[in-house]
Amino acid sequence: MSAVALELHGLSKSFGGVPAVRDVTLAIVEGERRLLLGPNGAGKSTLFNLVTGDLPSDSGTIRLFGHDVSRLRADRRVHLGLSRTYQVITLFPKDTLAHNIVLALLGLSRSRFDPFSILGRRGDLWERARLALDRVGLSSLADRPVAQTSYGEQRRLELAMALAQEPRVLLLDEPLAGLSREERRDVQDLLATIPREVTVVMIEHDLDVALSFAEKITVLHYGQVIVEGTRAEVVADPRVQEVYLGA
Amino acid sequence: MKRLAVRAAIAVLFLVPAFLPFDYYVNIASQILIAAVFASSLNLLVGYGGLISLGHAGYLGTSAYVAAWLVTRGGLSHLWASLGAVGLTTVMAAVFGVLSLRATGLGFVMITLALGQILWGVAYRWVSLTGGDNGLSGFSRPHPFGLELSSANAFYLFALAVFALAFLFVSIFVRSTFGAGLQGARDQPRRLQALGWDVWSIRFVTFVIAGFWGAVAGVLYADYNQFVSPHVLALTNSAEVLLMVIAGGAGTLLGPIVGAAVVVLLKNVVSAYVTRWVLLLGLVFVVIVLYMPEGLVPGIERLRFRRRPLHRGARA
Repeated sequence: MSAVALELHGLSKSFGGVPAVRDVTLAIVEGERRLLLGPNGAGKSTLFNLVTGDLPSDSGTIRLFGHDVSRLRADRRVHLGLSRTYQVITLFPKDTLAHNIVLALLGLSRSRFDPFSILGRRGDLWERARLALDRVGLSSLADRPVAQTSYGEQRRLELAMALAQEPRVLLLDEPLAGLSREERRDVQDLLATIPREVTVVMIEHDLDVALSFAEKITVLHYGQVIVEGTRAEVVADPRVQEVYLGA
Repeated sequence: MKRLAVRAAIAVLFLVPAFLPFDYYVNIASQILIAAVFASSLNLLVGYGGLISLGHAGYLGTSAYVAAWLVTRGGLSHLWASLGAVGLTTVMAAVFGVLSLRATGLGFVMITLALGQILWGVAYRWVSLTGGDNGLSGFSRPHPFGLELSSANAFYLFALAVFALAFLFVSIFVRSTFGAGLQGARDQPRRLQALGWDVWSIRFVTFVIAGFWGAVAGVLYADYNQFVSPHVLALTNSAEVLLMVIAGGAGTLLGPIVGAAVVVLLKNVVSAYVTRWVLLLGLVFVVIVLYMPEGLVPGIERLRFRRRPLHRGARA
């Protein structure tokens, strides 16, 4: 087996005394496709926020390719190859689709410190942004403000921004939420094009898509890992049927 | 082609006061330029950074005081006094930035307000250093490169050169890659951080740069008035410059300049005829906020768009 990409050890987080994530220990190897399952409120999104540094953890460690990033700022973790999408869309609504991608590209470029490099004249960035939008089939909308695009288009833009950063670990928080059947198929095809060496962790409730995508599944319940294993193992587990399928 | 012609016409318009024989109006034009540099510096924070500061007079005021002090009591030349004033004020902006940027939103407003009031208190009470209520006076205008700036026209040209430099800097800065980050940090700070940007540093650098240009405006202010008093550090001065930015159009290049012109003109011209000119200033702002809440420059743009609905498509 290859090296461990993302390793969580004893990770916990409470909100005002209510535990959201409890003592989570996980190891995800490079190139793995991992699915996080669990009912609403199981702590899946909170776990993502702890890994990315959007929220500070109460205790436990987070290792990214062996580096302890538990106390690192969110932006520093991005520079180590960690990118994510959000469940609730948080884009730059007044700016164009291409501009949103450019902000993602600049986040990893030294030019982000440059107060004299006129953005409009950075043909290199706009060209890369157009390619990134092309990948999700949005290049025809490149110059349209995000606020004037549909929900499905915004979801794909979210994905395009994360992919444009060429991450080594990609966290996808419900990439299919609220999409139509056709849009789901598009996104599914898109997920299949992610390079094999990229580690992908996904939260998703659409089990048809999610189960066909993931190799290993972790089930969370009340912030704790209750089952971890392959598709067959998890589906057969009586605890999963009890908490997740409500049987 | 048309844009170029319009720009050339505006440039010529700016040169006109330098050759007018009416000192009174030339001086008002100079005041507008100084206020425009001051308001443009605040606009970086308020308009592009989304950080409302109620202490921006602190930078203009401190710089004006330091420049005046260094010339009258320190015995330095104008050049060194000006450099010292801008340098010291910029360092102060760095310290104030660290303190203010512990918060955003209302917290930021309150900290900048408090720091501004401390400076005002120092200027007012530390009489041995600042001259207290009497302020500092008794210095002449500078002679950069042997040019005599005591005439209204010559000083206007000097102020115009500084203004042009400030405007050029701001217009490049806000359209730069760094400026894109600043505006991203205003609209979606958390998301920008998650894309690899350090939001705090972006805001801090902008805070210091805003302080720097505020200080430049302060040196102009001291040179123009040849007198500095605690009034320059008062809260009303911070509020006035904030009104210039908001009334003209925060987050636009021309907004603060238009706002500066409106305020300075009302203050000078109207006060010659009406004693209660502040009342009129207030009324003007009420009208602006009611009919053009986004400010004069974007408001007028909107009216033009409405008359010509078939405009070319959205631009990148």
